[in-house]
Amino acid sequence: MRCSLGIDVGSVSTNLVLLDEKNNVIRTLYLSTAGRPIEVLMEGLKMLQDEFNDSLEIIAVGTTGSGRQLASVLVGADIIKNEITAHAVAALEEYPETQTILEIGGQDSKIIILKNKIVVDFAMNTVCAAGTGSFLDRQAQRLGIPIEEFGKMALKSSIPTRIAGRCAVFAESDMIHKQQMGHKVEDIIWGLCQALVRNYLANVAKGKEIRPLVLFQGGVAANSGIKKAFEEELGLNVIVPKHYNVMGAIGAAILAKKHIMQSGRKRTNFLGFNTTLRNYEVKAFECKGCPNSCEIIQIYGNERLMARWGDKCGKWSSSLAV
Amino acid sequence: MKITFPHMGNIYIPLKSFFESLEVEVVVPPPCSKKTIELGLKYSPEFACLPLKINVGNFIEALENGADTIIMAGGVGPCRFGYYAEVQREILKDLGYEFNMVVLEPPRGHFLELFHKLLTITNKRKHTYMDIIKAGKLAWEKAMLLDELDVLACKARPREALTGQTDKCYRIAIEMIDRTKEISGIKQLRQEIKIMFDDIKTRVESNPPRIGIIGEIYTVLEPYANLNIEKQLGEMGAEVYRSIYITDWLRHNLLPSSLKPREYKMLLEMSKPYINCFIGGHGQETVAQVARLAREGFNGVIQLLPFTCMPEIVAKSVLPSASKKYSIPVMTLVLDEHAAEAGFRTRLEAFVDMINHKSEVESLDEVFTRN
Repeated sequence: MRCSLGIDVGSVSTNLVLLDEKNNVIRTLYLSTAGRPIEVLMEGLKMLQDEFNDSLEIIAVGTTGSGRQLASVLVGADIIKNEITAHAVAALEEYPETQTILEIGGQDSKIIILKNKIVVDFAMNTVCAAGTGSFLDRQAQRLGIPIEEFGKMALKSSIPTRIAGRCAVFAESDMIHKQQMGHKVEDIIWGLCQALVRNYLANVAKGKEIRPLVLFQGGVAANSGIKKAFEEELGLNVIVPKHYNVMGAIGAAILAKKHIMQSGRKRTNFLGFNTTLRNYEVKAFECKGCPNSCEIIQIYGNERLMARWGDKCGKWSSSLAV
Repeated sequence: MKITFPHMGNIYIPLKSFFESLEVEVVVPPPCSKKTIELGLKYSPEFACLPLKINVGNFIEALENGADTIIMAGGVGPCRFGYYAEVQREILKDLGYEFNMVVLEPPRGHFLELFHKLLTITNKRKHTYMDIIKAGKLAWEKAMLLDELDVLACKARPREALTGQTDKCYRIAIEMIDRTKEISGIKQLRQEIKIMFDDIKTRVESNPPRIGIIGEIYTVLEPYANLNIEKQLGEMGAEVYRSIYITDWLRHNLLPSSLKPREYKMLLEMSKPYINCFIGGHGQETVAQVARLAREGFNGVIQLLPFTCMPEIVAKSVLPSASKKYSIPVMTLVLDEHAAEAGFRTRLEAFVDMINHKSEVESLDEVFTRN
């Protein structure tokens, strides 16, 4: 089977997606990055290899997410794309009439505005992580509720508790205060969902015109409480696409295939599944060249230097073409 | 006496030239680095904005290198910058440094006072007004040349065939400008720099999108603070223009309002109807620049501001409306000591992607409607 592979290495999850030649999703993997992107990526590739044996022919590979550069070196990508473009491409593939994409991931939240199938505006959270997946994770943990149940719990509430959502620190102390006052857990959670949505709309989506079709994607889209809060606040129907949590990877795969076709190249840069068996090593050192003391990261594959980055001046990274 | 001053882009070159022509010893602070910012963070109030912290770091590093006199610009609010010098003086005094701080307030009619201060700094017995004017002229020529150099570099970067060629030429040019001691040499130097940049090999197809950088002056001018945004965008294939160059800033701040260039007043007119009066810093200019850049056919605008910058936050709140009215995409990036480089790059890439794709579609549309 000829497939394109999309890889999204994010702060919280590392996702792999296989698409067939008609861009149908064949397989998705959603793995926890857990601070070890290289190991997790290798593990994911191994899982795909084991599952499909030799029946798989990879024709294009794209990487995205904050670890896109790293992933690209490890697997040999044809294209390295930012998350905005990747998310938009994936959304349009499934819903061509999309005009607004709400995306909330582990540490980023973004809004993408589209018009006639092209991105015309976007925004990402700036200095604040309130309302992203990591914060919800932490609150679920604190309340002893599995994150999968968090949204359903919110839907049980009839009277939301008012929570200040502007800042994660204030939101947490507000929640503790309300819980000590005797508010029910489901009311607090529903209140939190509403607060986060308010914060998102006031902060990330400020001044943007939200028009239907509205797609909600990223890991947090699993949370039905947040989805409902969005619908109530916007007065619009919000669609959660089927593969909401791996849209970035889908976009990367689509873009990679397109890139191969447009550039007229016959072969992908993909190093093959056996890369998983290769011996990778990361060696870091601190450059003493100037007071910036940059930490230089070097990636070795089979004892050969594959990539190097982390320097401000380009002394190290430019001495080796990536 | 050994003079020092804070870094802001390449402003150290004309300043150094000015004081050295008057035979005053200058200690240029080491280039902004992680150490600079760590020092600044340690000793500055937490809620102060990024430029104040970097300045404090510059001063400490320069004082450690033997400087004893600090030249700092003043301001007249409502932006906090007007109070920088006072706060910084107290911080450094508390740390036990012995130094003299000279604050150059924007003259607005106090032109003689500025002259007087310059005379005190440069030892009035030895120098005449004529010497000062001569030194000022050389410094001014250098500042102009540096600005021209920045424009050249931003034009060349997206077109270079070999990544890094432009930066190499840029470094050489900076050194040449820094070394020049005579005003008579400037003309030839300008020619040499131009030839050097003309010689950079270019790619065949290249019609790069044009992006304007607007916002708070320090973050626009200091590459360390803005994570080298011009270089990053250039390497992504975009041609970058700044809304403000060093000479613009010197003009606005050193000349009395009657001598300010006419274009400046016309520019401010463009901030209407959104912001009709001075709101501190460059808030009003920021809004006006969006209108100007859109009119000049730019493909996108990026606003830079240090976290908590009041004038730019005011400007930011009207940018969505301005962006819509002039149909030009605007993105805001907030900078602070911890601005994560990966996230910053993602936003820049996405922005460049967006405007590239947009102009592709627009040019296609044009072809269709023409037929």
